[in-house]
Amino acid sequence: MSATSVTFAGIDFKNPIVPASGTFGYGHEYEELYPLSRLGGISVKGTTGKLRPGNLPPRIAETPSGMLNSVGLQNPGIDAFIRDELPYLKTKDTVVIANIAGSDENEYREIAEKLDATDVDMIEVNISCPNVKAGGAAFGVSCEGAAQITRIVRSVTSKPVMMKLSPNVTSIADIAKACEAEGADAVSLINTLLGMRIDIRTRRPILHNNVGGLSGPAVFPVAVRMVWQVANAVKIPVCGMGGVSTWEDAVEMMLAGASLIQVGAAIFTDPLAPVKIIEGLEEYTKRENISLTDIVGKVQPW
Amino acid sequence: MKYACLAPIIRKTNIAKGIWDMEILCPDAAREAVPGQFVDILAEGYTLRRPISICGIDRDKGTLRIVFEVRGKGTAVIAQKEVGSSLDIIAPLGHGFDLLDTDKRAVIIGGGIGTPPMVPLAQHYGANASVIFGFRDARAVILKEDIERTGADMILCTDDGTAGRKGFVTDALDEVLKALRPDIIYACGPMVMLRRIAERAAKDDIRCQISLEERMACGVGACLGCACVTKQDDKTVYKHVCKNGPVFDAKEVVFA
Ligand SMILES: Cc1cc2nc3c(=O)[nH]c(=O)nc-3n(C[C@H](O)[C@H](O)[C@H](O)COP(=O)(O)OP(=O)(O)OC[C@H]3O[C@@H](n4cnc5c(N)ncnc54)[C@H](O)[C@@H]3O)c2cc1C
Ligand SMILES: Cc1cc2nc3c(=O)[nH]c(=O)nc-3n(C[C@H](O)[C@H](O)[C@H](O)COP(=O)(O)O)c2cc1C
Ligand code: FES
Repeated sequence: MSATSVTFAGIDFKNPIVPASGTFGYGHEYEELYPLSRLGGISVKGTTGKLRPGNLPPRIAETPSGMLNSVGLQNPGIDAFIRDELPYLKTKDTVVIANIAGSDENEYREIAEKLDATDVDMIEVNISCPNVKAGGAAFGVSCEGAAQITRIVRSVTSKPVMMKLSPNVTSIADIAKACEAEGADAVSLINTLLGMRIDIRTRRPILHNNVGGLSGPAVFPVAVRMVWQVANAVKIPVCGMGGVSTWEDAVEMMLAGASLIQVGAAIFTDPLAPVKIIEGLEEYTKRENISLTDIVGKVQPW
Repeated sequence: MKYACLAPIIRKTNIAKGIWDMEILCPDAAREAVPGQFVDILAEGYTLRRPISICGIDRDKGTLRIVFEVRGKGTAVIAQKEVGSSLDIIAPLGHGFDLLDTDKRAVIIGGGIGTPPMVPLAQHYGANASVIFGFRDARAVILKEDIERTGADMILCTDDGTAGRKGFVTDALDEVLKALRPDIIYACGPMVMLRRIAERAAKDDIRCQISLEERMACGVGACLGCACVTKQDDKTVYKHVCKNGPVFDAKEVVFA
């Protein structure tokens, strides 16, 4: 065990930094810049039962300290992922987290069943994608919906199950508790916040989908608050994300209660961000003579 | 192979109102860059990088040339950078133009700020190229001397006739196609222009490659943000401008 390694939902990570689903593809593009083995893990692009073409462009808009996306879960489908991507990723000496989404219960069940038969390390269940019409976020906004999908996935797999929560809710802690009660091994949060930008010249929304998910540094304080609330409400481990772009952000998120961290939009600003954050954490633990597990949840609230 | 690096600015020139011409030192990227590819540039203080086409490749000096217009806040930040400071870049990115043998005949069309990527193409074909480029007015004309130096035939058009001839590049294209049949047509510029050129090329059954723009996040093909609608065997397929493009065969692009 090194000072930066963490055990999360029974899985060992050499460090807690994981590129966030949808921002890193399946790793190929970034492998030219650094070895994937440097990363704690990879949460791969969200996968659905069948190929999804995604939404019409434009799918990207910049915002103050962040961005909106309305990619709409473009992906080749679970069979293609298992056949074409997973075997390669498994040779990369990093934890592979599948990220799945469905438009109904059957789709979640079918994908989770297929993944259970593979050597993927963990399943992250997206019940919070704001960019697809049916399903997705619909399940993530009520305790019943979140519980129902957790129950279904849990019943078909013995892999660690991590439920990915939506911030577009009244009480994220209640949703997390509903997932925990149905046997989730962990929760991850936050997915993107629903947002909108309008081109004042054309009076058209910039995104063809009109609305999209906000991420990047702008959402960081919201994410820290939600991680803190959830970590105080459940006993299962929390994977924190939303606007993390420096090692200091990662430490802050861990103090709030996260024991694993995902990094998304920061990769677009600086493709080396995950590696720089890992280096920063290594220096931090050495300087302070601590291991990262010592700081999880150690914020001292007033 | 792509590289992320800090590329020192070794020359910076203001070539028209709000349009900057920079030469940046990045030997690894310059060694591998091909015409039609682009550089993704960090605008400090902004989340998303700005994609800018490669306008010149000097392998001996290890430099790339970029020419860009200040459109909004990010390009304004990049334009403020001075010689001696560095641009934080990822390059070379994307799929460039297919280059035929230099003895083939090419028509190369650039509209406005779509002209920069056409310069290295004109250099490749030299006297076997006909370059048509169009601007709003005389004050917006850029890269004229660069194109003259390639030895290509050149037709300069402006919307108001204050430089070159009055009219659109598509009119000039009709005229050129009456006189010769090129092996390939290349174009970069506004969508309406690209659409007309694509239609014309299809009508005459001439191969045509166009360079497209779309809003990007990662710039490398990972986020699937920069979708472009294409057709393959009559099926609609979303391709990605930063990875499959920015250069596409015109006949596969579905114009909105
Ligand atoms: C492959 C490619 C090559 C390009 N080559 C050149 C070039 O050689 N010279 C040049 O002057 N311009 C070029 N552009 C356009 C240039 O990228 C935009 O003008 C620039 O991103 C605008 O940024 P801004 O900060 O000035 O504007 P803002 O309006 O502040 O930008 C806001 C956001 O929208 C994006 N955006 C705005 N306009 C465009 C656009 N037309 N295309 C893509 N994204 C856009 C920005 O990147 C940013 O993320 C190219 C675009 C692409 C996709
Ligand atoms: C372009 C883009 C695509 C995304 N795709 C997915 C996805 O497929 N599945 C998912 O669970 N989350 C997806 N997300 C959400 C991120 O994984 C993450 O939850 C969110 O962006 C917040 O983190 P950040 O601020 O570090 O980007 C996507 C985010 C972006 C920016
Ligand atoms: S910008 Fe990410 S795929 Fe093109």
